[in-house]
Amino acid sequence: MGNVPGFSQQITGFSGIGLKLQGLAVAYGARTILRDLSLDVPAGRTTCLLGPSGIGKSTLLRRVAGLIDGPGTIVASDGRPIAGRVALMGQGDGLLPWLSALDNVLLGARLRGQAADRGRGRAMLARVGLADAAASRPDTLSGGMRQRVALARTLMEDQPLVLMDEPFSAVDALTRLKLQDLAAEMLADRTVLMVTHDPWEAIRISHAITVMTGDPAIISRTLHPAGDTPRAIDSDAARDLWRNLMAALGDVA
Amino acid sequence: MTRLLTGIVTAFVLLGLWQGYVWLSGIEPFLLPGPIAVAETLVARHELILKHLGTTALEIVLGLLIGTLLGVSAAILIHAIPAARRIGLPLLVVSQAIPVFALAPLLVLWLGYGLWSKVAMAVLIIFFPVATAFLDGLRRTEPGMLDLASIMTATLSPFRRTVALMVHVRIPAALPALASGLRVATGVAPIGAVVGEWVGSSAGLGYLMLHANGRMQIDLLFAALFVLALFSVLLWLSVDALLRKALPWQPDSFAR
Repeated sequence: MGNVPGFSQQITGFSGIGLKLQGLAVAYGARTILRDLSLDVPAGRTTCLLGPSGIGKSTLLRRVAGLIDGPGTIVASDGRPIAGRVALMGQGDGLLPWLSALDNVLLGARLRGQAADRGRGRAMLARVGLADAAASRPDTLSGGMRQRVALARTLMEDQPLVLMDEPFSAVDALTRLKLQDLAAEMLADRTVLMVTHDPWEAIRISHAITVMTGDPAIISRTLHPAGDTPRAIDSDAARDLWRNLMAALGDVA
Repeated sequence: MTRLLTGIVTAFVLLGLWQGYVWLSGIEPFLLPGPIAVAETLVARHELILKHLGTTALEIVLGLLIGTLLGVSAAILIHAIPAARRIGLPLLVVSQAIPVFALAPLLVLWLGYGLWSKVAMAVLIIFFPVATAFLDGLRRTEPGMLDLASIMTATLSPFRRTVALMVHVRIPAALPALASGLRVATGVAPIGAVVGEWVGSSAGLGYLMLHANGRMQIDLLFAALFVLALFSVLLWLSVDALLRKALPWQPDSFAR
């Protein structure tokens, strides 16, 4: 199948779908959050949206997810609609407290009235290291474990496009590092658009880092760090990248 | 164990004060009988009292079941259907603004002296706390859960999507709120039934109390009142325990 015009090789070079966002605008009442925002999201790669809190990163993610409407276009590299091909992992774990970990992982099938593949659900839990917690209710799990269940649920959906909104911001530093490694490993080859306010998180797991600044927000620059993810953060290259990101964040602020 | 002991001691102290007042003041027993006299009547007339309790209990339980069913249905309809919201939301408030006591004579006129006018009273009293609490719960569903569920159901038709979110996310998430409404409803349900019995009936503890009052059998009135209160408390405790068991994920703690 032919590529949609306007997508560079970089966008379509990997498996999965790339996205081309053009002229997106979102306003809440009189307050303009996003105005004429355009961005290419490369296929099969992890792109981080980095910016200070309240800049509109989550709004952009919700717009891409189709949770809010507004002017502008979002086109997939294969030209087909995006709805139904998205998995979301939000700031909270979003686990339903009355369901077991396994049933939470299988939530998508339950909602769509499909037969749940319990074997695959268990395998997903095992991959995030929670094989023994399948029957546990979320309130009996730690924050890090709940976030891992949420990751397993995201993977269970098996969608080409994964949207993540500061998924690891609520856990401690060490757990965050482990979860980043796990996510980088398990989401490899998928198109991931991830919102974060943590430059180190962006450096560790993304192939492209898009910095958002200003009000209304603009894309101030996009960096393409070299090498595989998850990246070590104690190298000189990582430190240079960090300095560049902090400079970019400070450009307009 | 200490809690039970505290309760028993408190009850005996209060009963002792009551009995002491009756002895010391020499008040006429047709004005205020002592707890011992009430207990004697309770034992002597227990068959009569239990017979009337059966009627009242049936009214209360039927009222609870029907009122809960109506309240839950109303909350879901008002939440899900915009037209139902415009009509139902004001009606819901009005249903509570009209004093049920004022409606009691009408209900007896329309539904007769039997069971159903009292059940209708109880239903009217129960409906509002159940409907409002459940509706509040349905509206307060955590946005993160809804976002997630919306994206997972993006390929369903709008109708199936609304139903899926309602059945699998909103309703279970609102059950703790419904439980709060049910606790209030269980507490007030006996009022509806007894008021109905006062207005016009030939059976039930309310009828028995009114009848005893008219014949200056205040000890019987107190005995019936005691049984009614005991039944109400036991009913509330059972419903509370049942709800707790049904919602194990719900956080539950008191101030230390």
